[in-house]
Amino acid sequence: MTEENQNEGLTEDEKALLSEILSEDVSDLSEFGESRRNFLKQLTMAGGGILAFELFGGQELLASPATQPFIESIENAVTLSFKVNGAKKSLSLDSRMTLLDTLRERLQLTGSKKGCDHGQCGACTVLVDGKRVLSCLTLAASCSNKSVTTIEGLAKDGELHPMQAAFLKHDGFQCGYCTPGQICSAVSLLSEAKDGEVSYVTANVQTSKGAVSLSEEEIRERMSGNICRCGAYPNIVDAIREVHTGKGVAQNWQFVDDNQASNTSDLPKNDNK
Amino acid sequence: MRPFIYTPTSTVSAATQKLKANPHAKYLAGGTNLLDLMKEDVEKPTELVDITRLVLTEVKAITTGVNKGGITIGALGKNTDTANHPLIRQNFPLLTQSILAGASAQIRNMASNGGNLNQRTRCPYFYETSMPCNKREPGSGCGALEGINRMHAIFGWSQACVAVHPSDMCVALAALDAVVKVQGADGKERSIPFTDYHRLPGDTPQKDNTLNPGELITSIEIPINNFANTSYYLKVRDRASYAFALISVAAGVELEGTRIKQAKIALGGVAHKPWRALEAEKFLIGKEATEANFKQAAELEMKSAKPLEHNEFKIELGKRAITRALMQAMTGGKA
Ligand SMILES: Cc1cc2nc3c(=O)[nH]c(=O)nc-3n(C[C@H](O)[C@H](O)[C@H](O)COP(=O)(O)OP(=O)(O)OC[C@H]3O[C@@H](n4cnc5c(N)ncnc54)[C@H](O)[C@@H]3O)c2cc1C
Ligand code: SF4
Ligand code: FES
Ligand code: FES
Repeated sequence: MTEENQNEGLTEDEKALLSEILSEDVSDLSEFGESRRNFLKQLTMAGGGILAFELFGGQELLASPATQPFIESIENAVTLSFKVNGAKKSLSLDSRMTLLDTLRERLQLTGSKKGCDHGQCGACTVLVDGKRVLSCLTLAASCSNKSVTTIEGLAKDGELHPMQAAFLKHDGFQCGYCTPGQICSAVSLLSEAKDGEVSYVTANVQTSKGAVSLSEEEIRERMSGNICRCGAYPNIVDAIREVHTGKGVAQNWQFVDDNQASNTSDLPKNDNK
Repeated sequence: MRPFIYTPTSTVSAATQKLKANPHAKYLAGGTNLLDLMKEDVEKPTELVDITRLVLTEVKAITTGVNKGGITIGALGKNTDTANHPLIRQNFPLLTQSILAGASAQIRNMASNGGNLNQRTRCPYFYETSMPCNKREPGSGCGALEGINRMHAIFGWSQACVAVHPSDMCVALAALDAVVKVQGADGKERSIPFTDYHRLPGDTPQKDNTLNPGELITSIEIPINNFANTSYYLKVRDRASYAFALISVAAGVELEGTRIKQAKIALGGVAHKPWRALEAEKFLIGKEATEANFKQAAELEMKSAKPLEHNEFKIELGKRAITRALMQAMTGGKA
């Protein structure tokens, strides 16, 4: 296995973390005679070894029934080859598996969230061949040869995707559970608008030509498939407007400064502005 | 979810043969309705025949025959692509608006045109397997008839079932006098007028439509009309977006001078099938296109409505929605 292959699917942060966890022990181990496969299996079962498992091509181990640590047998198995965040994946799975469960349970990509599992919340939104879809209602088997992008695949070369950065700046979340879906959806929304796709609130679908400029009403309508139970909607709209227009939208919150943090009497009170 | 065999196919004849060979198999298109119902154990196919790779995705102008000038839409085209096709936006904006009024951007990117026609009711008793439902389990009774039936029918229902068809796209297709093209395992094509495609529940609510077992929808044809600039799809719902219709209205008004030559009106959220408002249409022929006339047409249409315990509000709502949709149609929805 080439070096490049080994690191497929890992972010820079994960790679750094991994080299810290594993240090020199790994190469030592294989020389000690303990089979690497066995070692990985133990590490995985111990719960802490997911990253290592990925590094050494965990999917290939999983795909060969003899070495599957937790799957005894697969009913109506289908073989799926597709791309996830640019990396080729090939695995054998139960025909019932949704794309969401495959990402989360088989590929350790837990960024995509399971909110309702019935198409009603948008938390599981990912991009398939560049289009936003609901991974909870997508059968994994139907993704053969397709290319999937999840929230984990949006950052490039250690830089957040502009939409991720805008969500941070505008505090476009509270608990964060809906956020991966919101961001994937928002990224797709911008390319749809650029491609001239109209919406139910577009004034005239007959005469609308070229890229659609997104008013707040347009953004809200186009994002309606992503529910936020915490109600972070105004900030989400601000974040999207900022990336869409390329112009800064004023941030409506600030961190406390050191002074405020150390001096509680500085905190705003009703009688003291 | 119950186990099933996954069978990808690449031709119409292979797909239809698969369903002939296994009567418990189902076609899988976008999966947005079928997978949901399988998770709920309402649909229990033993095999899914994946038809998403069939090349029935094209939208093209009809250049010969009776429907010349009209358009044909592939059954496996995605709702998003159909709504945004330049020919459809230009000549059938009513269809564009109706599709975009439904579901969410993600779902429309997945949903196919054929799947949209065959989506099943959202009646909560149909979804809840511990409740009686004649559509899910013929003979078990109807949970909604005496239950919470706020979302249910006011036209054409029976003691056996009071459910409504949930589609928005289909309401526009009914007003547009579309034709559904289907093909069975024998290779023969049938054409079904849209208003005959879905059915009223009668004693057999388990049958949503007139498709024969195993038949595949291949395309939908829409004849050309003279109301592209004077049409509108109005959807009234509990929240501004991403909710099924309480009532929806697809309206197209063909004018001759200031008078109405003919009007095409279909209602959603009121019956087991998209409901053509024939009474209102008849009244409007030859009348001036005024709000007063639209109101009177709406009154006439709603006369035969029969509400259930919780949905009497749909009658007044229906009258106002029809009037408003017709008013909006006069300005192409740009008011
Ligand atoms: C949360 C949510 C909200 C929604 N809101 C709306 C809404 O507001 N308005 C609205 O109109 N819709 C709404 N929908 C429904 C959505 O539009 C439908 O689920 C979708 O159109 C179904 O298409 P599909 O390709 O995914 O069908 P599938 O789920 O793949 O199939 C549905 C059925 O059709 C059959 N089928 C599919 N293609 C064919 C074919 N070519 N020939 C014969 N049979 C076929 C399948 O066997 C299955 O029985 C909503 C759905 C969800 C999940
Ligand atoms: S209304 Fe129809 S779908 Fe709903 S419970 Fe009654 S029979 Fe079932
Ligand atoms: S988890 Fe997929 S839409 Fe809610
Ligand atoms: S941030 Fe909590 S659900 Fe959206």
